[in-house]
Amino acid sequence: MTLIEGHKPITPAGGVAVWDVDPYDTEILRDPLEYYANLRAQGELTYIPRYSVLAVGRYEITRKVFSDHENFVSSRGVGLNDFKLEDPWRPPSIILEVDQPDHTRTRKVMSRALSPKVVKGFAELFQDTADRLVDDLLEKGTIEAVTDLAEAFPTTVFPKAVGMKDVNARHLVDYGAMVFNAVGPDNALRREAMRHAGEIVPWINAACARDRLSADGLGAMVYASADDGTLTEAEAGMLVRSFLSAGVDTTVTGIGNALWCLSQNPDQWDALKADPKFIRPAFEEVLRYTSPVHTFGRTAGRDTEIAGFPVEEGSKVICVLGAANMDPEKWGDPEVFRVDRKPVGHVAFGAGIHGCVGQNIARGELEAVLGALIRKVDRIEPAAEAVWRPNNAIRALDRLPITLIPN
Amino acid sequence: MVKVTYVAHDGTRTELEGDPGDSVMSLAIANGLDGIVGECGGSMMCATCHCYVDEDWQAATGARMDGEEDMLESAVCEVTERSRLSCQITLSEALDGLVVHLPEEQV
Repeated sequence: MTLIEGHKPITPAGGVAVWDVDPYDTEILRDPLEYYANLRAQGELTYIPRYSVLAVGRYEITRKVFSDHENFVSSRGVGLNDFKLEDPWRPPSIILEVDQPDHTRTRKVMSRALSPKVVKGFAELFQDTADRLVDDLLEKGTIEAVTDLAEAFPTTVFPKAVGMKDVNARHLVDYGAMVFNAVGPDNALRREAMRHAGEIVPWINAACARDRLSADGLGAMVYASADDGTLTEAEAGMLVRSFLSAGVDTTVTGIGNALWCLSQNPDQWDALKADPKFIRPAFEEVLRYTSPVHTFGRTAGRDTEIAGFPVEEGSKVICVLGAANMDPEKWGDPEVFRVDRKPVGHVAFGAGIHGCVGQNIARGELEAVLGALIRKVDRIEPAAEAVWRPNNAIRALDRLPITLIPN
Repeated sequence: MVKVTYVAHDGTRTELEGDPGDSVMSLAIANGLDGIVGECGGSMMCATCHCYVDEDWQAATGARMDGEEDMLESAVCEVTERSRLSCQITLSEALDGLVVHLPEEQV
């Protein structure tokens, strides 16, 4: 059998919409809104011939498929490659790319390490760092917010939270970008990201070793599960690696996107400044409005169905989370950014048993950054056009020049 | 339809009607009820949908889910034997008339 993008080609069931589009086209990745709308307009389920995959983008069906771990498995990869048919580029993640019951064991270790209670323990570190960073940036006035703030903050606090002794901010950000580009097709973006694998991957693996971690961080909490026999030593190292795959580039993107939203919507910035209780809901709205992880896949583990259409075993289904988060059927006025929307149920962190395990720490980081900004900054003004950086799974900014005007 | 009564910390009672398959959390959110935040959307990753199941309904709602106990440790208000994460209570005809009490705070 000739594989397409490392998975079995399929023939869609009769009645399934067929749409000749490349969801990973760089123009779409830069500005996906029209693609999202077109995908939803195709119907409940769409077949994309170029990659021989199925796609969902309407809210209800996307949430349903994405969280249906019984029929749509993660162990065969959450990108286009089917790990059952082809070896993945790195050993599969033992929390992301795994099914129950194995998943339950590793997930518990991670959700304990990343619980709201644990994250509260980092509140002071996060707040002090954010305050200092914003003070420094106010001295500069006009900043390039991606490098100066969105990357600077997580690459300062996250390695400390994990307890890393070795820090290389560039490697941390690029490793995330690589992992996320790898869930797309074998396109120029993926190849370019992978070009750096030879240098970055060994560094990441070495930095996750027990003796490269302090005794009081998240990493040590994971290794404690090796001491009590819940995990093997190697598994503990793999889970620490997961912190680094999923915990840096994602929050970098979340902070950058938040600044973009607030610089583009001054009335919403004012609303946020007027009432700090909107800080947390505002971040949820940033997530809904920009979907930092825009697309993730599943594989039909057995013959099943989506919206009444038969789906054959081995079908790859791309779940376009960005489209679901902009579905007017669900949100009414999705194109409007409103800090008081409280969009509970958005799928930016996924849904179900594989829902983002680091979401509390992301919220904690954003709360600190937005809190520092509203206390110290009067206005955020665009200083030049924002530039997006195409990635097969992440919707992130490449450059965001803004001016911070102090109180 | 399944009726659920939410009793706020100050004693205010709100009666909502949901469908089998909804969760006690999602029904509250869909109706804009104060007192349940549901920040993680039901992935059992936060403890902001904490509720106390009314004594009369404890048997019907059953035991806590796997992992729920861990997450309840992060709840801001006191956790008792009646504490549940409301995202983990799925409505069914058998729960018609369910009464849950809400804590003073969720975050």
